[in-house]
Amino acid sequence: MPGKLKVKIVAGRHLPVMDRASDLTDAFVEVKFGNTTFKTDVYLKSLNPQWNSEWFKFEVDDEDLQDEPLQITVLDHDTYSANDAIGKVYIDIDPLLYSEAATVISGWFPIYDTIHGIRGEINVVVKVDLFNDLNRFRQSSCGVKFFCTTSIPKCYRAVVIHGFVEELVVNEDPEYQWIDRIRTPRASNEARQRLISLMSGELQRKIGLKVLEMRGNAVVGYLQCFDLEGESGLVVRAIGTACTLDKLSSPAAFLPACNSPSKEMKESPFNEDPNPNPHSSGPSTPLKNQTYSFSPSKSYSRQSSSSDTDLSLTPKTGTGSGSAGKEGGPLKALLRQQTQSALEQREFPFLTLTAFPPGLLVHVGGVVSARSVKLLDRIHNPDEPETRDAWWAEIRQEIKSHAKALGCHAVVGYSESTSICEEVCILSASGTAAVLNPRFLQEGTVEGSLEQRIEENLPVGCGFCHIPYDELNMPFPAHLTYCYNCRKQKVPDVLFTTIDLPTDAVVVGKGCLIQARLCRLKKKAQAEANATAISNLLPFMEYEVHTQLMNKLKLKGMNALFGLRIQITVGENMLMGLASATGVYLAALPTPGGIQIAGKTPNDGSYEQHISHMQKKINDTIAKNKELYEINPPEVSEEIIGSPIPEPRQRSRLLRSQSESSDEVTELDLSHGKKDAFVLEIDDADAMEDVHSLLTDVPPPSGFYSCNTEIMPGINNWTSEIQMFTSVRVVRLSSLNLTNQALNKNFNGLCENLLKSLYFKLRSMTPCCLCHVNFTVSLPEDELIQVTVTAVAITFDKNQALQTTKAHAEKSLQRASADNEEMLQFPLELCSDSLPSHAFPAAKEHLESASSNSGTPAAQRATSVDYSSFADRCSSWIELIKLKAQTIRRGSIKTTVTVEKASPMGDGNFRNRSAPPCASSTVGVVKMTPLSFIPGAKITKYLGIINMFFIRETTSLREEGGVSGFLHAFIAEVFAMVRAHVAALGGNAVVSYIMKQCVFMENPSKNQAQCLINVSGDAVVFVRESDLEVMSAQQPAVNCQPSCTGEVTT
Amino acid sequence: MTSELDIFVGNTTLIDEDVYRLWLDGYSVNDAVALRVRSGILEQTGATAGVLQSDTMDHYRTFHMLERLLHAPPKLLHQLIFQIPPSRQALLIERYYTFDEAFVREVLGKKLSKGTKKDLDDISTKTGITLKSCRRQFDNFKRVFKVVEEMRGSLVDNIQQHFLLSDRLARDYAAIVFFANNRFETGKKKLQYLSFGDFAFCAELMIQNWTLGAVGEAPTDPDSQMDDMDVDLDKEFLQDLKELKVLVADKDLLDLHKSLVCTVLRGKLSVFSEMETNFKNLSRGLVNVAAKLTHNKDVRDLFVDLVEKFVEPCRSDHWPLSDVRLFLTQYSVSVHSLDGFRHQVLWDRYMGTLRGCLLRLYHD
Repeated sequence: MPGKLKVKIVAGRHLPVMDRASDLTDAFVEVKFGNTTFKTDVYLKSLNPQWNSEWFKFEVDDEDLQDEPLQITVLDHDTYSANDAIGKVYIDIDPLLYSEAATVISGWFPIYDTIHGIRGEINVVVKVDLFNDLNRFRQSSCGVKFFCTTSIPKCYRAVVIHGFVEELVVNEDPEYQWIDRIRTPRASNEARQRLISLMSGELQRKIGLKVLEMRGNAVVGYLQCFDLEGESGLVVRAIGTACTLDKLSSPAAFLPACNSPSKEMKESPFNEDPNPNPHSSGPSTPLKNQTYSFSPSKSYSRQSSSSDTDLSLTPKTGTGSGSAGKEGGPLKALLRQQTQSALEQREFPFLTLTAFPPGLLVHVGGVVSARSVKLLDRIHNPDEPETRDAWWAEIRQEIKSHAKALGCHAVVGYSESTSICEEVCILSASGTAAVLNPRFLQEGTVEGSLEQRIEENLPVGCGFCHIPYDELNMPFPAHLTYCYNCRKQKVPDVLFTTIDLPTDAVVVGKGCLIQARLCRLKKKAQAEANATAISNLLPFMEYEVHTQLMNKLKLKGMNALFGLRIQITVGENMLMGLASATGVYLAALPTPGGIQIAGKTPNDGSYEQHISHMQKKINDTIAKNKELYEINPPEVSEEIIGSPIPEPRQRSRLLRSQSESSDEVTELDLSHGKKDAFVLEIDDADAMEDVHSLLTDVPPPSGFYSCNTEIMPGINNWTSEIQMFTSVRVVRLSSLNLTNQALNKNFNGLCENLLKSLYFKLRSMTPCCLCHVNFTVSLPEDELIQVTVTAVAITFDKNQALQTTKAHAEKSLQRASADNEEMLQFPLELCSDSLPSHAFPAAKEHLESASSNSGTPAAQRATSVDYSSFADRCSSWIELIKLKAQTIRRGSIKTTVTVEKASPMGDGNFRNRSAPPCASSTVGVVKMTPLSFIPGAKITKYLGIINMFFIRETTSLREEGGVSGFLHAFIAEVFAMVRAHVAALGGNAVVSYIMKQCVFMENPSKNQAQCLINVSGDAVVFVRESDLEVMSAQQPAVNCQPSCTGEVTT
Repeated sequence: MTSELDIFVGNTTLIDEDVYRLWLDGYSVNDAVALRVRSGILEQTGATAGVLQSDTMDHYRTFHMLERLLHAPPKLLHQLIFQIPPSRQALLIERYYTFDEAFVREVLGKKLSKGTKKDLDDISTKTGITLKSCRRQFDNFKRVFKVVEEMRGSLVDNIQQHFLLSDRLARDYAAIVFFANNRFETGKKKLQYLSFGDFAFCAELMIQNWTLGAVGEAPTDPDSQMDDMDVDLDKEFLQDLKELKVLVADKDLLDLHKSLVCTVLRGKLSVFSEMETNFKNLSRGLVNVAAKLTHNKDVRDLFVDLVEKFVEPCRSDHWPLSDVRLFLTQYSVSVHSLDGFRHQVLWDRYMGTLRGCLLRLYHD
């Protein structure tokens, strides 16, 4: 019984008129938690009632605390008939259950009704008293922190990364229950909202239990999704990465921490059991394995695993000769052995993280993905969701084996998704095969262990590109060269990943958003025939998507993709594929070759001309793109190259030695069935279409950049101006003469127009970058395509950008030759610091003083060795100095935080007296962003996860402005409700915000529409960096001024 | 391929000032798009017409949703649905309540009733302002009027508090409310040369000096509703104005007044002789206007009378403005030297305001 929930209903405002006669409302409130309900008094005849209720107290199990939402219903009292509901507020009290997050929820919440939308606001105060419970067999997992952020949250330090956690719960969908035929739409919607709220609470609790079992204390990269399977039920599933996090609570705590990192670990509560779950593994090249399996739920299962070679787009070159990479070989093998043993302990060595603490990511293989087509059947026993579990286990197993094939033992940037149409469901999983440093994956560190020496030898900024596998035994043919950065290890020619660009990666120029878009018609069919048709189509779709991606990447003159996300959507009569990624030029990888167009009928003169015309156009585009994205890699002179890159001739010789094939054969091979990424054969309509679609992609207007990763390589001077937005488009295809080409064209046009519209709308923010651009495609009906985009536009300072890129480029050159020993002097703790690392212009000068200051003590501690990047180290050193200074002035920093916390939701009485009337808005600003950070600000506290599900329905679609008016209002309302919840928690921003679902259905002839939206994110408190500086500058602590100034002015 | 649905929602609501203006001006989406195309925006941004159409639709939808809140501006500040920076909120409100000079001249002093609303069609045709815009402006006038009509305290302050308008705009609305309440006639042909600014200036003077709120004493009795009303003229004061009639009715007094004025002004006016000839007519006109103000009908005709009885005669004699000023100053001051006249305070309250108004009204 370890919890007491206390709720107070303070007041309401802007209530709707419920009594036409008096134009007023007699409102009262029902507060419900679990099965207990309390009521306030009726406040007669007012649209702004002041209930000022007593504290309603619920004594509940912490299990219930986690599962149940607090339900607040506002009603209009009616003496003669039933009371009318005005609307509801669901409050997730989970953030109150762990000590570091919010302590009270207090603020104005929009009162929401599924038919009318927001109808006024209600002021509520919620508190929880938790009693300590030492019961080992408890079912609750209070205290486990959840983060949507897919990296280690900014004010924490990862002690141990335990690994993958997953769970799913299923239930009947209330909308499909028999009772739905006799109840009102409102009742049905509310039943659904309530159920999903309950299920996600339960899911979170269960995941929490698993985390506790693993001796972790947090879940990072928590992703929860709903599958609306219609008749067959409702599935809520979640994945995440279990971690043990340490709070970098304040500069004071931070400083001693870096003196004794190993001690720290021992003090951490779960240290007594050194039960590591390390993962590590080898890398690969672009896309690796895809498997398509179709198993109609029962035992019958036909698995067609397409071979790697079929799908590999890398040029076919020799692999055999053992000339290269000798030094790396033995060490690698050892490393693999070590990590392997640790890895075996975990069923799925997956991480949902996309950004990593420095040093964790050793090598990156390539993208691994698996899809499977399933037939849905009714879930008979909700308590035993075995079928769904088995489906996912199957897929994960595949992913794991793909990663193994790449010589990797871990998968990072892992995610799962589904697409459902009628009774067919495509399950997809993808991630990036990688080798990880086991040091982070086990508790307690062996000093001077082998893997550490390995990292020490790894060059900075390119290590992750080096192939993890043995080149004598490559899982698929790839074109390997010596790393252009360190010249010591081999790298592939192209690298595809699902993760964010590592912060220490050396990048030339800027990146850009690259999308591959594809539609394929499919016959309408039922059940198994349908599933078979789909699984037959999938390999072709996947192949073409990859071809497009590769071609577009080449066209941009780039050689690596980050944040790759391929979405395959199934509809009644078509399949859609949409891949988004951020292309960059990695300095470590070779310069990409151009695209050659090859004709099939070389005798035809005009045809030849046409071909050469196309070729010229393509070459021009590549040149233009290189200029646009500032891709001018330093010319590599032959002398520097330790061992020369194999010449083409050499390569063909190698090939011959291996397969006895001649040069001509290779040529033929290229222009034949297995399309090489470099050569486009233009003899059929498809290829023609490919070329056209390549050339129709318009670059963003000047002043705009876009990417789907967290940060844009090459831009690092963000201003604090951010604008998060969601845009939705639905188009109706004319049903006549639908062909694949027409479809592709339409779909391409839709996406391109959408992007153009975004650029136009945000033109006042230029120069700016659209970050974390997230496209979602769905096919709600036969001829409807819905595209939803969420992204954030961030303005940057153009002039500074130019300077820093230059500096950055110079630095990156130096970086390669940077002395490794110096790096050892920086304890790891510094680098995992909470401040987002921005460009630090003066970094270099500080290095000397930095190393001389901290050198001696640091050198004695082998455990804290780290090999993060030059810039990182410099900035962390500076931050260290800053933090030292701030420690002394901690008082002032604290005040900043409280001020920030007070202002966001300072209710009615907070008024700026001196300002003109309009400036005295009482509503605090809450920022929302899909990124894990806020530019120009420091996140000081995580308040808990926001996970909200809303349904909105209308029976007066025309009156609400048609479908656009309806959805526009609904999305605005969803934003408002998210902001209100964050503000009530005392926060002023949501980071890692994501709209996971936006299911829109309309029935214009009946004047009806319905929409479901599911959003999540992390509520945080942030403080502007400028405010911090101002604060500390304003109040130089008198008693210790000498020491601060001395350090700060370095 | 047709677009069924097309929306953009920002966490911070995007407001495009140009589109807002077009929306306020009552243009349809298509007209607005056409106007934007003409402004050359496509060339500047490289956008397509489709993009522009979608953008305009989006903004119009947003404005439509905001309109409900703009009807009660404090709501805009407290609502949670649209996150709008305070400066933008101020801009939205200010622009929404801004009105067209041409329109306000048509309805100034008219009863803000359904009847007038029906005439908006004609006003729209006459002024070239779209009917939609006319409706918005008319509804704004009416809404402000309804809210502050019965309120105590300063009219401008009340408007500012309930509609969060800038000082300037709040003053204009005070004038509109004042005129609508007192139904001053402003539409007659001979008043056409006057701008809204002229009337607003007069309204402000009258509010300051001729209303109940103008008496200046803090309301001693909090129960008395009438203590501090800015919208109604001070009935007692109007009643008292009859006493001024003696200035023209008493022939000696009139002659004395004239001689006092003439003595001082001789040689100082370029139109001295005309003044001398017309003095009695002018004085009679000004005093009679005051004496008639007891009747509502005559109150309404105040401006017509002022123009007929004073502005027009002077203008026909080509009085320069400086002469009018000198004359009016002297005309008012001289009364203090009339021993037999006992209503000095009353006279000053009347003439002080009237003098200001007349000077403002005296132009071509």
